[in-house]
Amino acid sequence: MTEKLIYMDNNATTAIHPEVKKTLSESMDYFGNPSSLHSLGRKAHHIIEESRQKIAKFINAEPDELFFVGSGSEANNTVLSILPCESTNHNCTSQCSKGGGIITTKIEHPCILETSKCLALKGAKVSFLDVDITGLIKNEQLERTLKDTSGLVSVMMANNEIGTIQDIKTIARIAHEGGSLFHTDAVQAVGKLPVDVKDLDVDFLTLSGHKIYGPKGIGALYVKKGVRFCPLIHGGHQEKGRRAGTENTLGIIGLAKAIEMRQIEMGQEEIRLLELKNFLRKGISDNITSVHFNGHEINSLPGTLNVSFSGVEGEAILLYLDLAGICVSTGSACASGSLDPSHVLLATGLPIELAHSSIRISLGRENTKDEVEYVIVKLKETIEKLRKMSTVYS
Amino acid sequence: MSDDFKWTYSETVKEHFVNPKNILEDDASFEADGKGIVGNVKCGDQMMMVIKVDRENKTISDCKWKTYGCASAIASTSILSEMVIGMPLDEAYKLSPKDVAKKLDGLPENKIHCSVLGDKALRSAIDDYYTRSNQGEKIVRDKTIVICQCMNVTDHEIEESVLEGARTYLELQEHTKIGTVCGQCKDESIKLLKEYIKKHFE
Repeated sequence: MTEKLIYMDNNATTAIHPEVKKTLSESMDYFGNPSSLHSLGRKAHHIIEESRQKIAKFINAEPDELFFVGSGSEANNTVLSILPCESTNHNCTSQCSKGGGIITTKIEHPCILETSKCLALKGAKVSFLDVDITGLIKNEQLERTLKDTSGLVSVMMANNEIGTIQDIKTIARIAHEGGSLFHTDAVQAVGKLPVDVKDLDVDFLTLSGHKIYGPKGIGALYVKKGVRFCPLIHGGHQEKGRRAGTENTLGIIGLAKAIEMRQIEMGQEEIRLLELKNFLRKGISDNITSVHFNGHEINSLPGTLNVSFSGVEGEAILLYLDLAGICVSTGSACASGSLDPSHVLLATGLPIELAHSSIRISLGRENTKDEVEYVIVKLKETIEKLRKMSTVYS
Repeated sequence: MSDDFKWTYSETVKEHFVNPKNILEDDASFEADGKGIVGNVKCGDQMMMVIKVDRENKTISDCKWKTYGCASAIASTSILSEMVIGMPLDEAYKLSPKDVAKKLDGLPENKIHCSVLGDKALRSAIDDYYTRSNQGEKIVRDKTIVICQCMNVTDHEIEESVLEGARTYLELQEHTKIGTVCGQCKDESIKLLKEYIKKHFE
């Protein structure tokens, strides 16, 4: 057991950036309700608007195209709730259409998948696009599907499990040509890759704070000016009626600061992470036999490595690493509490036994080369130990 | 730091996961009197148990194992191998998943499935010994047979479901969760489903 934990689960969540911590601790007294007219309220309101500007600028959006929500999941639920809304007479900022279809992919986060399945039960036409072995969708299939379903296309920008980055600009164009609106869940992408909503030409985009060294419980949804919209949470004038509920001032400040730090650090940091990942990948290949890397080798998040080890089960690997002070995650069913392994890995066509044998290592700004070296050693020990007792590997 | 928090499983599970006892290191040199393999890699766990038998005293003189699976699967087989060494065959034959889980100081509910395989592998090894030593009459053909290994659904439960109204494979799955993991038992379950419908309702 090492003194310090080696945290390599940065796609699950991240440690708060020291600068964000500092800003947050200095902001504790901005308790005024941003809706209040007195000075304390006006101060909080002002800080929120300043934060909105910073964040909007980072993705090349206009400040009034961005509103704050409680999480990436809430943003995604909000987008999906727009289409099946049959009302024409609510607090909608523009008219809702009657019904509509949803085209999404088999590798989305559960907050898209489960919400889509729920909407399908309520009568929406929902299609789930396949992905190839690297996790990329096939544009021809999207084009074909758009011929009989239109409404909303939702494709995640970067996958949380395997890191695969989609060609969002092309996908958005195809969606628009097919007469649909386009949403991308960019929770894993914003702050790790350059994202420009105007260049990509997306209608909706989801981002989140805690994946990029900001606080938990804060996310934002970009809605392109003029695109119809309907709130998920009704009952307040906050966020121009698009999201009721008193604003999470501290969360918003933290998100803006995290984004500001990403703006400064992202370029160099992601080059360093890619080098670290390649070092880790090579270390695994050179030291351990029968390994299988999942996802796309090039179009991938710089810090994300997903790998399967034949003959051993993922939860067992995870727990041995945990005992050595290393935090990673697994796509095995055993760890999830369900009986099925990762839906993402299965969608890429990976054999089910390799999905059970997978772990995800997601590197972040605090990880060092020394740590990666230690992980390679521990991983080798762990896999050898588990293979010795495995029925399927000798 | 992780030591400050309760581990996912009991300390006994942890001990048997970290320092597993009686791993079968060399299949060829062990010269087993009986060998049983159960489970399926596609479902996420598979266990093999091999035993040596003291023929005079009718006890298990040695037991080794191999397991592909999670921490609780590994710990279950490890502790089971310790439990049965020196145990009379007929006593070992009656061990249940509950006995294993109890010895481990409990398993989370969603992990009981993992310990279910251990006693089955052991029984299968004892059956193999009985077969090899011409004592086939000692093999207890359970009144119930497990049809779905993954969800541990027996023929008896299929019959119960039919009596409760299941008529299609989908309804049967809703009742019992049969075939919802690897799906290998589908044909056999449909066959039984039809038989029970015929038996009770046609």
